Amino acid sequence: MSFFEVKNIYKSFGNAQILKGINFTLEKGEVVSIIGSSGSGKTTLLRCLNFLEFADMGTINIGGEEIYNAQKNYNDAELRANRLHFGLVFQSFNLFPQYSALKNVQLALDLQTKERLQKQKASKAELKEALAKNMQIATDLLEKVGLGNKIKNYPCELSGGQCQRVAIARALALKPEILCFDEPTSALDPELTGEVLRVIKDLRSAERGMVIVTHEMEFAREVSDKIIFMADGVIEEMGAPEQIFENPTRAKTKSFLKNYVHR
Amino acid sequence: MDFIIILQNLLNGFGNTVLLFAITLIAALPLGLLIAFGSMSKFIPIKAFCRGLVWVIRGTPLLLQVLLVTLVPFYVFNIGNTEIISFLGIKMKTLLFSYACLAFIINYGCYFSEIIRGAIESVPKGQFEAGKVLGMTKGQIFRKVILFQVIKKSLAPASNEIITLVKDTALASIAGVIELYTSAEHLVNQFIVLTPLLYAAIFYLIFNGVLTLLFAYLEKKMSFYKE
Ligand SMILES: Nc1ncnc2c1ncn2[C@@H]1O[C@H](COP(=O)(O)OP(=O)(O)O)[C@@H](O)[C@H]1O
Ligand SMILES: [Mg+2]
Repeated sequence: MSFFEVKNIYKSFGNAQILKGINFTLEKGEVVSIIGSSGSGKTTLLRCLNFLEFADMGTINIGGEEIYNAQKNYNDAELRANRLHFGLVFQSFNLFPQYSALKNVQLALDLQTKERLQKQKASKAELKEALAKNMQIATDLLEKVGLGNKIKNYPCELSGGQCQRVAIARALALKPEILCFDEPTSALDPELTGEVLRVIKDLRSAERGMVIVTHEMEFAREVSDKIIFMADGVIEEMGAPEQIFENPTRAKTKSFLKNYVHR
Repeated sequence: MDFIIILQNLLNGFGNTVLLFAITLIAALPLGLLIAFGSMSKFIPIKAFCRGLVWVIRGTPLLLQVLLVTLVPFYVFNIGNTEIISFLGIKMKTLLFSYACLAFIINYGCYFSEIIRGAIESVPKGQFEAGKVLGMTKGQIFRKVILFQVIKKSLAPASNEIITLVKDTALASIAGVIELYTSAEHLVNQFIVLTPLLYAAIFYLIFNGVLTLLFAYLEKKMSFYKE
């Protein structure tokens, strides 16, 4: 049994069947990259994993526990709790524009701390201490992504690459067990992709698994334990990076990779 | 001595204008937020009611609405104003003022609701999604992420409405409220001079001048970020 198991995920929008039975597993400490042409359902898959969309069929297990089953209904509180297993870094960053980099990273953490301490009827001093600790965590994370000198800046004062690094720090603050990236460098100018990819590469850790949707083939090859090639809502081919990139077996994989190299 | 009397009367009227303005503003903004939520509700009856209300209120003159509110108790419920004031133990003046307030609050609530709805709908979907993914509740997302952006987006259109509100207070005269405009009109008839109207205009201009400065200040305060 694997740490993270995605079983038989189906998803349609109206009449359009977008995901047609997605199965894969991931261990903590592993990185899987998902490649495939645009429209193949990669974003939809990540959104189903983060419960921004709900799969019509299938189950999701983490650590042996079933956290999603399409047959069941989940209330808001359960969804929230289940979402916290995951983090998602968006293509378009989606930073909160009215908050500094630090506050962006700290906000969700603070809200959780406040909720928890209120339940425990903690004193003001305890709350203050906990919030100061959060601030330290957020500062450390921003330093880790190379933005220790930008913590007071607002997103509009940062470059795209810096914004995406803040977004990564923000996702890390909640210590997700599965961290997902949806084309994290697609919205960036080419000269800024390097800094973001370097940060992502450094995130490999025994504490979490990572699912990365990307068009950066070199990067995917270097960073991943496993590559998933998606086409038309199915996993057309899955395997070790060397196998997928050097000896693809399926015709669709071959033509996708060929087009990619030539583009 | 006429000048002193004129000024005193105008100041009294101006007091009513400011009071009507303030009460309308304080009540219509939260009402507008409520109607905005209603118009975006997934529950069709609520949505239909709110959209219908906004359509009717924005589609008819405020003057008509104020008059209608003052007439409803008698013509619909057959209760006279004198009965109401003796029952509530208030002055007639207060009752008429309350009618005007009610009409103004509903009217401006509807206008504000459209501004607020537009602002909420123009906040990128990604903001809501980022909040969700970070485990925030719907309430937390609204209060901590969306609200400020909505306020910022609403500020310019709302300030237009608010400046219009200052001038619209003159319409309360139809309910028998003696606000700035009506008091000036009375003075013109009493003293057979036009100057009270001129003074009233100056009062309105100063009031709106102060508001304009205030909004410019707020807009500057909120311009610390761009999208
Ligand atoms: N909310 C939605 N409603 C309807 N169709 C959608 C929706 N989201 C995605 N799709 C469709 O699903 C298909 C796959 O989209 P997506 O998952 O974004 O692909 P990818 O990320 O691989 O480019 C596309 O054809 C897209 O138009
Ligand atoms: Mg996509």
